[in-house]
Amino acid sequence: MTATMTKPPVTPVPVASRAPRRKPPWASKIAVNTALLLATAYTVLPLTWLLVASTKSLGDLSGNAFTVTEFHFFENLGDLASADGGVYVRWYLNSLLYAVGGAGLGAFCSVACGYAFDKFSFKGKEKLFGVVLLGVLVPTTALALPLYLLASELGVVNTFWAVFVPVLVNPFGVYLARIFSASYVPGEVLEAARVDGAGELTTFWSISLKMLMPGFVTIFLFQFTGIWNNFFLPLVMLSDRELYPLSLGLYSWHTVVSAEPEYYPLTITGALLAVVPVVIAFLSLQRHWKAGMTSGAVK
Amino acid sequence: MSVQKSHRGAATLLMAPFFALFLGTLVVPIGYAAYLSLFTERSSGLGFGGTETLFTGLGNYLHALGDPAFRAGFGVIAGYVLGYIPVMVGGALVLALLLDSTLARAKRFFQLTLYLPHAVPGIIAAIIWLYLYTPGLSPVVAAMREGGLTWNFLSSDHALSSVINISLWEWVGYNVVIFYAALQAIPREVVEAASVDGAGELRTALSIKLPMIQAAVVMTVLFTVIGALQLFTEPMILNGANPAVNTTWTPNMYAYDAAFRRGDYGVAAAASILLALVAALLSFVVTRIGNRKGAA
Repeated sequence: MTATMTKPPVTPVPVASRAPRRKPPWASKIAVNTALLLATAYTVLPLTWLLVASTKSLGDLSGNAFTVTEFHFFENLGDLASADGGVYVRWYLNSLLYAVGGAGLGAFCSVACGYAFDKFSFKGKEKLFGVVLLGVLVPTTALALPLYLLASELGVVNTFWAVFVPVLVNPFGVYLARIFSASYVPGEVLEAARVDGAGELTTFWSISLKMLMPGFVTIFLFQFTGIWNNFFLPLVMLSDRELYPLSLGLYSWHTVVSAEPEYYPLTITGALLAVVPVVIAFLSLQRHWKAGMTSGAVK
Repeated sequence: MSVQKSHRGAATLLMAPFFALFLGTLVVPIGYAAYLSLFTERSSGLGFGGTETLFTGLGNYLHALGDPAFRAGFGVIAGYVLGYIPVMVGGALVLALLLDSTLARAKRFFQLTLYLPHAVPGIIAAIIWLYLYTPGLSPVVAAMREGGLTWNFLSSDHALSSVINISLWEWVGYNVVIFYAALQAIPREVVEAASVDGAGELRTALSIKLPMIQAAVVMTVLFTVIGALQLFTEPMILNGANPAVNTTWTPNMYAYDAAFRRGDYGVAAAASILLALVAALLSFVVTRIGNRKGAA
């Protein structure tokens, strides 16, 4: 905000210094950084609002945005823990279970498969890989309804497995794992292990997997956030609120706020706490995020 | 010879878990939905004796395609794509080019803060923005009012722009990071040569850098269009707050509505399959265009 005010008046450039464009003028330096600051304000302010709003009581919420007459954060936390018989805590644990368990197991399957695609040759390999890539393009929400129809035929709707199993599959993870395997696991290492008489599976388990660890973390992180943020699949699969993940639980609270405004502070504080794990995971493991995002783009 | 054989065994074992999941949660459900989409349920003549399942061929597809609500959903998506893609891709490109210029400071900080909203679950992003759209709750609306601006985010005329804004907030920083990485991968000599030749920052950005990250831009457009077709979470939150956003506003909401409000699984399956087909067709077209441009 202040950057726009401190912007100096653009002085006419002396004719002599105009020809060589070595040093960028101050004005454009300030303009560029001001534009970036404004964009940052756009991305950060709504989260700042969420943070401030979580410290407010219901009465304060409708008042001035950034004035807090009483600091109500801990009361909100207490209300959150006890609301509807403590169901929020249950949702939080469910989300952790779905996301950590699902991403761990899913990433392992992807890494094993991508490694096999990279290190072994067999007939029709590239065609099979093409099928995996097609899977990347299948719209996930268009898939949720078919999954529900199948699950209801099998009678597993409204169970833990109905939400847990479908999120394990991650074709993009296989694609990434193949790239990572090609760059992290040198062929000579495998040759050496073969000469020593180690079986292929033993080699994978005790040598290659360690070398693939950074790739595993990257795939895990992407899948973790994907599952943590997943909403459509639990929405169609679950009706028992004891099985809800956070996304669906908060949605169910949100749908009643207009009738019962006391759910406003609960939804806001609950949303803030639900954002925390993904933000922490992102900030602490930035390098891995970038590796995953950019290996698709830079080519 | 024996080495080859053991390879095959190991490869099969390593690939089996993934492909079992791939079959069970991707191929089979789609196949089953395709099968279901060919049948319809009718209550038998006298109103008792339950329902019977009838084969209708493409009846459900014709029903969905003939339903103005379903077609209107694709109209909404078209409007959304036309509004959203230029703003999001254009904005992300501008920000990435600014970051990549020699003029920008604190590049890591900017990347981090721009990316941050992408870590927020979509449903929570939508809830935050809905509250920021709601008069009486929102500091944004209050500030705009004080400034003499009366923009009603929740009026039916502004439904599309309100949804676009939520998506923009979630995705713009993500794509900035992607484009920035692609820009960083451009060989420095190329950029330096341009500046030696007397090209300014702007000229270098437009005629050197931009063409070189075309592949990344095409990929982003492709994934954004596929994402747009699945539009669901954000309008689902605005449904009820904005009169224009009804329960069948997007094709995905239509499919959800068919399955859970009307209990018509055949039409729901047909709508899902149609959606997946349109997505597949669009990806095909976009990649074709991308390849042709890349080759030229």
